[in-house]
Amino acid sequence: MALKNVLTSSVGKKLVMGFTGIFLILFLVVHAGLNACIWANDGGEMFNKAAHFMGGNLVPRILEVGLFGGIFLHIIQGYLLTLDNRSKRSVGYAVDYSKGSKWYSRSMAILGTILLLFFILHWKHFWVPSRFTGIPEAKFYNGIEVHDVFALMKDTFSEAWVVIFYVISCAALGYHLAHGFQSAFKTIGIHNRRYHTMLSAVGMGFSIVIPTLFALMPISLYLGWIR
Amino acid sequence: MESDRTMEHYHMNLNLKVWRQPNSQTPGAFKLYRVENISSEMSFLEMFDVLNEQLIRDGEDPITFDHDCREGICGSCSMYINGKPHGPWAANTTCQLHMRAFHDGDTIVVEPWRANSFPVIKDLMVDRSAFDRIIQAGGYISVNTGNAVDGNSLPVPKDHADQAFAAAMCIGCGACVAACKNSSAMLFLSAKVSHLSLLPQGDPERSSRVVNMVAQMDKEGFGACTNTGACEATCPKEISIANIARLNKEYLLATLTAE
Ligand code: SF4
Ligand code: FES
Repeated sequence: MALKNVLTSSVGKKLVMGFTGIFLILFLVVHAGLNACIWANDGGEMFNKAAHFMGGNLVPRILEVGLFGGIFLHIIQGYLLTLDNRSKRSVGYAVDYSKGSKWYSRSMAILGTILLLFFILHWKHFWVPSRFTGIPEAKFYNGIEVHDVFALMKDTFSEAWVVIFYVISCAALGYHLAHGFQSAFKTIGIHNRRYHTMLSAVGMGFSIVIPTLFALMPISLYLGWIR
Repeated sequence: MESDRTMEHYHMNLNLKVWRQPNSQTPGAFKLYRVENISSEMSFLEMFDVLNEQLIRDGEDPITFDHDCREGICGSCSMYINGKPHGPWAANTTCQLHMRAFHDGDTIVVEPWRANSFPVIKDLMVDRSAFDRIIQAGGYISVNTGNAVDGNSLPVPKDHADQAFAAAMCIGCGACVAACKNSSAMLFLSAKVSHLSLLPQGDPERSSRVVNMVAQMDKEGFGACTNTGACEATCPKEISIANIARLNKEYLLATLTAE
């Protein structure tokens, strides 16, 4: 069977969403773990070193290419799937069936759109300066020159609207994950009832913990909890 | 709701907002009707019979709706009642919905299944032959009939037998499609695929079945599942959404191993 047929079938389209989704979930763990270094409260030394390692090492750079591939595949496929699915019911219901499913399960495209807007801003804030335009300040740790990403972070999160937008985006991420986490595993074919229960519980925990961690970063810096 | 299932007998007057559509080409619209003195012990379809007799007496065109067994096993009675396929009760078909689910003075909105793959034939009756074509694409086993073989010659693990039986409960009513925001037929399809792939008789055609049935489902224009769970919540036979995950696995394995 041609791979194209597989990937363009209704089940195949979901598989693409599921596999890229799980890949992005893994990335969130790495990202949250790295950023948590700011709470070492050592003037950003640990965090800057970690960011330096990620930026300077070949493996994370290669993974970064895969990451962008995964994100764009997830976004494009997500929009195509949403548009296609919407076209299947030309005459809608007078009374919608909203009791049978969660609002966030039905709103993955809207939540995803908030996340896309967030990414654009987030890339502009951090990724573009760290890769292209350059981060002005540098710090020296044991004689090694390291970009002061921490200073950039502090600077970025000194504006209230940025912090508010980041926090809203974290909430959107939480709801996106509340549906997406368990759905992704079902989509790739895990059908054992015991695993479903476990994955739903782990997914719920994940969708609360990870976005809360992320949200606490701009809040901590804005409120000066860490310096 | 338990309180709705009270056995106390009462009568009620109701307002009905029913979708009327002369045929698939002509757009439809809601029409308001009033029925009086409806017994709480009537079924929902019997209430429609009363309404239709009233319409016939008044020289109006009676409302077309699908029904057959009226005992919850054929899957014909497709009505979307007050925002839910088969009405407010869980694990229930329209024909088994009783009027004690409603109260005097209620307004009930009745719509047909809405999905482009289920075009309206007339009023509340939709064309569900797309399901038949999906079944024809692989929802069977090819065996030469002959003498019945000894049951014990084909060992089936108990949990497989139970899961296959639970999946085989699907009556092909189409409520899953009607409930789904994506008009996806995957709960139906996954029930059929699970039912057969869990049993040794279905094993020889396991791969071609799932590939062909998915292809036919896509050709019929049903949407792709996003696991919202609306199908499972409304299914009169409580088909589990875990079957969709099994369908995904079957499809993935079949396509990976296909020649
Ligand atoms: S899966 Fe349930 S809702 Fe769907 S056709 Fe079968 S019985 Fe009806
Ligand atoms: S009429 Fe047969 S299931 Fe309702």
